Amino acid sequence: MTAKNTTPDSPSRDATSLIPLPTNIARITTITGAALTILSTFLAWTWTTAFPGNLTVTGYPGGLQTITLTGGILTLLHALTTYRPRGLRWLTPAGTTAPTLLLALGTLATTWYTLGAISNQLGGLANLEPGGHIAALATLLTLAGALALPADRPYDDHGGTTPPTLWNRFRHTLTTNRPPRPKELPTWAEILIIAAAFATGLYAFTYGIDTEYGELFVGYLILACFTIAALGRAGLTTRLSHLTAKHRNIALAAAFTAAACFPLTQTNDTYTNLAASILIFATVALGLNVVVGLAGLLDLGYVAFLGVGAYAAALVSGSPESALGVHFPFWAAVLTGIGASLVFGVLIGAPTLRLRGDYLAIVTLGFGEIFRITMLNLNGTTGPDVTNGSMGIPNIPDLEILGFKFGKTHDILGVPIGRFGNYYLLMLLATAVVVLVFRRAAESRIGRAWVAIREDETAATAMGINAFRLKLLAFALGAALAGLAGTVQAHVITTTTPDSYQFAGTVPPNSAFLLAAVILGGMGTISGPVIGAALLYLIPNKMEFMQDYQLLLFGLALVLLMRFRPEGMVADRRKQLEFHETDQLAVPEPRLPEGAVGVTKAEA
Amino acid sequence: MTTSPTTTPAPDGTHPVLHATGVTMRFGGLTAVRSVDLAVHPREIVGLIGPNGAGKTTFFNCLTGLYTPTEGTVTYRDTVLPPKPHLVTQAGIARTFQNIRLFANMTVLENVLVGRHTRTKEGLFSALLRGPGFKKAERESTRRAMELLDFTGLADKADHLSRNLPYGEQRKLEIARALASDPGLLLLDEPTAGMNPQETRATEALVRAIRDQGIAVLVIEHDMRFIFNLCDRVAVLVQGEKLTEGTSDAVQADERVIAAYLGTPFEGAPGQEELAEVEAAEAQADARADLTEDTP
Repeated sequence: MTAKNTTPDSPSRDATSLIPLPTNIARITTITGAALTILSTFLAWTWTTAFPGNLTVTGYPGGLQTITLTGGILTLLHALTTYRPRGLRWLTPAGTTAPTLLLALGTLATTWYTLGAISNQLGGLANLEPGGHIAALATLLTLAGALALPADRPYDDHGGTTPPTLWNRFRHTLTTNRPPRPKELPTWAEILIIAAAFATGLYAFTYGIDTEYGELFVGYLILACFTIAALGRAGLTTRLSHLTAKHRNIALAAAFTAAACFPLTQTNDTYTNLAASILIFATVALGLNVVVGLAGLLDLGYVAFLGVGAYAAALVSGSPESALGVHFPFWAAVLTGIGASLVFGVLIGAPTLRLRGDYLAIVTLGFGEIFRITMLNLNGTTGPDVTNGSMGIPNIPDLEILGFKFGKTHDILGVPIGRFGNYYLLMLLATAVVVLVFRRAAESRIGRAWVAIREDETAATAMGINAFRLKLLAFALGAALAGLAGTVQAHVITTTTPDSYQFAGTVPPNSAFLLAAVILGGMGTISGPVIGAALLYLIPNKMEFMQDYQLLLFGLALVLLMRFRPEGMVADRRKQLEFHETDQLAVPEPRLPEGAVGVTKAEA
Repeated sequence: MTTSPTTTPAPDGTHPVLHATGVTMRFGGLTAVRSVDLAVHPREIVGLIGPNGAGKTTFFNCLTGLYTPTEGTVTYRDTVLPPKPHLVTQAGIARTFQNIRLFANMTVLENVLVGRHTRTKEGLFSALLRGPGFKKAERESTRRAMELLDFTGLADKADHLSRNLPYGEQRKLEIARALASDPGLLLLDEPTAGMNPQETRATEALVRAIRDQGIAVLVIEHDMRFIFNLCDRVAVLVQGEKLTEGTSDAVQADERVIAAYLGTPFEGAPGQEELAEVEAAEAQADARADLTEDTP
């Protein structure tokens, strides 16, 4: 499929490249541009260290320059694959132009963002050193070269429905063919590839979490988005998802190993705290995924179940402020938290789940607020003294399991693991439990019944499914999983206050962000909500300088994602089924969601 | 009342699989189904026909528990059916829908596995623990589902999403899914709607094959050739009431049926002149319609 790109034939070049240049010149331009970009990162971009990251040193890239450097190297590698050299062909099985173009765009965006941030922060373009100018021009040159590369597929105007305007041509250039079936590799090699992929993922994620200032995180995020898109277009994502689908247990184990390695990469507790919070958020999102993603029940008050679990755990934690004054061992506290959430789940679900559609959303929204206000009012003046009202239950003591004190720093492999590191690992265990429950429940008679109810409740009942009972089961299971996360959360944050469990707020987890994590990430998948939760937690946390616009940007991102990728970042099933889909459905990927929505609507 | 008072006994004297007596369904002031009796015997294919809006699908929904009949009872193998769809399916009545209602985003195999729901009982804990019993039950369900896909000719498409199947195969899949609950009676609501003659013939053969497995079939259809070829007995529903019931030949010969389809009131024998009058009026109306269409 991609072999046709190796021969530079001029007629097809005229038809398919955006800037009319001979293919060879285009390639050389791209490669030169990428090389110049790499070189420019070794020069000084500005004269003062007032801009964070020290971009003043010649001969050593620092801060945001390393992002541009990474982008430049990746662009160069992909530009080289347009020659289809022997050792690099695996990098772009589906097509070469689209990934090169995307990476060139990403490098350009992150570099120009950096230069813009420097000018903005230091007051004027005059603060740029020649190195910065070279970087700006080099990235432009790379983009121009990439735009002149012949598209991976001949332009198809869909029978005249999409006129060859510049924008349509550009969008077309970003599409590639389906990657051909890969050569069969020995199992150990496939496992090694999975391990390497997860290690790379861990490294990239750790870099993002460790970014020390907002500008670096923005630059990182821009490049990461374009790189992920480029990998997708190059066909590597498809290949990897085939491998992980083939060795699912190994992939899952690799993912957890990579996640467990995270505290080892940290020298202090600053970012493990962040990681533990992300993990709590992600685990609750996964629990919500049972309710929303599998059974299709819209729960707008899910965070209340996290709160029930946390309060239950706090009450039996032995905190001196707890009204109960008992100190349960951890396993008993976990069971208490799960049990309390389960009871509330059944109590809320039983009367409401007989209804369909929006009623449940309204009732759960109400329940979420009722929970928060009740916790506020059980303060001894407006009600019995149970929760200390808005003061919450403070001083929840650190856990101690089998003599392992979570509050102390332990050395693992010579690396000190602090308090948050310990809790991070404990939370990871809880996440593993939730993932296991989610996967096993989803792939069983019960999970199929849930999906059937989600797809068509009338047909599901006609197939003998007791819709009410199964919906209640999903609701209760979701609540129990949130309760499990809540018990750990209570110990991590040491104080449970009613205000941590709101419907919407600026700090996740709250119900709105949980739902957004599930829907943005991809309903019904395991990796989707985890990725969604990580992004939704990291972005507001890292971009403190944009705090005033945070919710506006959040809304904008939601609108854009729903417009261009309504199935979420990780698509459910469709990826695995790609090979089976008939040709009429094999429309270019950006158009697929629209078609998919249309089909579902037509059938509904 | 034009409904026949008693059900015809089965040729071999067995009890009917399905026995509806005096089923009446009122929506406020509107009576959609009025006191309909119907019996289906083992290994029998019964057709239910009638003009649009006669109440066929409403009657179906009364049988399958989607509606609770205002009056009357439905018994399946001598037990009264509760008006809950999932309990009706559990008892042994499976159905398909007039407008296909597959689980669009599930695979073909998963659709059929959902049909196995009532015949398996592994709960959540068994699914979480994954004991040998669970694995055995899953294997057995998958085996049975693949058997049914083989039977309907969809086995090679087991991994496709059901919404990607062509229309005719979606109809077949709906039947396979219904059969997965091991029913004693299958209710088909317009199984050949939108099909071409070849597909209709294939469906005919499929329904016969289902009957040969010992499953009784009750089928609603507008395709008269399909009904009269296939059914052992045909019941005619007009304006919510059962007009007549009998063998294909008897129903075909019944003038009231013809009249009902042509729109003449069925009280009193419609004479030849009346019929001719109606036909003439229709022809005239058609001609007029053609004329208006042609004039620019």
